[in-house]
Amino acid sequence: MKKGYFSDFGGVFVPETLMPALVELEAAFESARKDDAFLAGLESEFKSFVGRPTPITFAPRLSEELGCELYFKREDLCHSGAHKINNALGQALLAKKMGKKRVIAETGAGQHGVAVATAAARLGLEAEIFMGEVDMERQKPNVFRMKLHGAKVTPVSSGSKTLKDAVNECLREWTSSVRTTHYLLGSALGPHPYPEMVAFFQSVIGREARKQFAESPGGLPDVVVACVGGGSNSIGIFKGFLDEASVRLVGVEAGGRGIESGLHAARFSDAKKGRVGVLHGTKSFVLQDTDGQIAETHSVSAGLDYPAVGPEHAALRESGRARYDYATDTEALAAFKLLSEKEGILPALESSHALAWVVKHASELADKRVLVNLSGRGDKDVFHVANELGERID
Amino acid sequence: MTRFASMFERLRGEKKKAIIPFFVLGDPDEETSFEVLKAAIDGGADALELGLAFSDPIADGPTVQAADVRALASGMNTGKALALVKRVRAYSPKTPIGLLVYYNLVFQPGVDAFCAAAKEAGVDAVLAADVPVEEITPLKEACVKHGLDTVMLAALTTPEERLERILKVASGYLYVVSVLGVTGARKDVQDETLELIVRLRKRTQLPLVVGFGISTPQQARRVCDAGADGAIVGSALIKALQEHAGDAEARAAEAKRFVAGLKNGLRPAE
Repeated sequence: MKKGYFSDFGGVFVPETLMPALVELEAAFESARKDDAFLAGLESEFKSFVGRPTPITFAPRLSEELGCELYFKREDLCHSGAHKINNALGQALLAKKMGKKRVIAETGAGQHGVAVATAAARLGLEAEIFMGEVDMERQKPNVFRMKLHGAKVTPVSSGSKTLKDAVNECLREWTSSVRTTHYLLGSALGPHPYPEMVAFFQSVIGREARKQFAESPGGLPDVVVACVGGGSNSIGIFKGFLDEASVRLVGVEAGGRGIESGLHAARFSDAKKGRVGVLHGTKSFVLQDTDGQIAETHSVSAGLDYPAVGPEHAALRESGRARYDYATDTEALAAFKLLSEKEGILPALESSHALAWVVKHASELADKRVLVNLSGRGDKDVFHVANELGERID
Repeated sequence: MTRFASMFERLRGEKKKAIIPFFVLGDPDEETSFEVLKAAIDGGADALELGLAFSDPIADGPTVQAADVRALASGMNTGKALALVKRVRAYSPKTPIGLLVYYNLVFQPGVDAFCAAAKEAGVDAVLAADVPVEEITPLKEACVKHGLDTVMLAALTTPEERLERILKVASGYLYVVSVLGVTGARKDVQDETLELIVRLRKRTQLPLVVGFGISTPQQARRVCDAGADGAIVGSALIKALQEHAGDAEARAAEAKRFVAGLKNGLRPAE
């Protein structure tokens, strides 16, 4: 297989100005992943700063209601509130090793932005976060948190003013500052080596979960479910179970207001608009028109509101190893409420999509051991959810 | 001999340099765009670099992005853009035309079908802004098959070993990116850019054309004096045309005036 590719997906589609930086990054990553001192440093940060390993929580009330054995991998308990910190710390340590003093990053829901701001503060790096104006409005608490950590938050007003446009701005900014700055991309997409590198740093989720289940009396789960925006939390947990054929893997995309409405971010489920294309440096499934102009997307959750999916997911779908489906805004909001009320956990709207899929497919999951990756906590979403539910809290 | 090759050969013989204006096809609409392109040719453009508007142009600054938005909002698409090229080709059978694209627009119809359609419309060269030498093979093969030049980028960050690979693929001309950053008018030409031109000049006979940030006759002159064969001017020109938003006639007149000004600035010293 060609370097940087997963089956026919992936690659490195960026202007020449950025290529030398990607070549340098690839070399630095390849050496770091085999460097015991680097890995020990990361491991130590995971343990003492992030609070890893995150627990597995059994959900007794929901299990009874749904008729399956439901467990959560509690990435919401990671320091800074989501799995994003795993990758942010990994790349920030790498940036430091490479002698870069500044990091830039895109953010949608703001969780990656907060994670980068957190990691930068921890390691003494300068951080600038690019965020679409629409996302800044719907994720206000996270914008302020980034600023509290000393990061500069730069609003992006081009295009749909969401995650896609924030990535555009990051790539542009990186072109100008490539010699001194590391682009700390937050999802398992973008040009090689990002999809592989982000998956590597997030694979701690799956590694832990597999060990935790293997040591439990019931053994491995039957089904592992995770939401898929770019796909970093899902690839992270999938990595722990890829070679266990008995474990079914399910990725859940944002169905927005339904596939027929056209207002969604379900790259795999919209047979008309979702096709193989090239966006932001990688070849994968992309929502687009017949010419190849990128489509605008919609999701109640800013973190899933993105027109392309990570290339490794496209390959996992093609091989049949993972299955991809979607949950709508309404279903995700219902799951958000359900988990808050029944288990005392406030999930991120992104992660609520994964639970919504389980609720919807409860009948086919009867008596199965189901593991949902609870990728982030929902504190950031309370204002937005209140708004969606027609309640005023501010 | 391709149109680009014969144009550069003629200019070298006359000790002249090429001025290549860049426009987004269909900015702000099809008819105005056609008038502007004709005017640029009348103003003395040695070749045209024409962009296919794209929703996510990561190599472009705000000026070209806005042009893309205007073109797309007016209903421009790949088919209409190539039809527009065809009209320009009919107006000027000799002017070399380069097409600047983002790869998804080439990939969707299929690289081969795209190149066939571009050739048929009268395009001479294709430059995909987001396709580095690592990924160029399918596009290069289709360009060769359909008799199109494959223009490649060389950047300030490009090391020697990459340059070697790039020069093996590049044809028509080498597009020298004069700044670290996206397209957009800049005040000066950096020394580093001039050094890159000198370094490239020593290695290749391929025409060198400098773009990204070239906006004045003085800047064009400086890069040409360093050894470049010409300059591409985009953002500054598009910005000047936008001063005449809503007035197609004035827009065309400005295009002619602006290109003529650049061309005059590059006349060999008396």
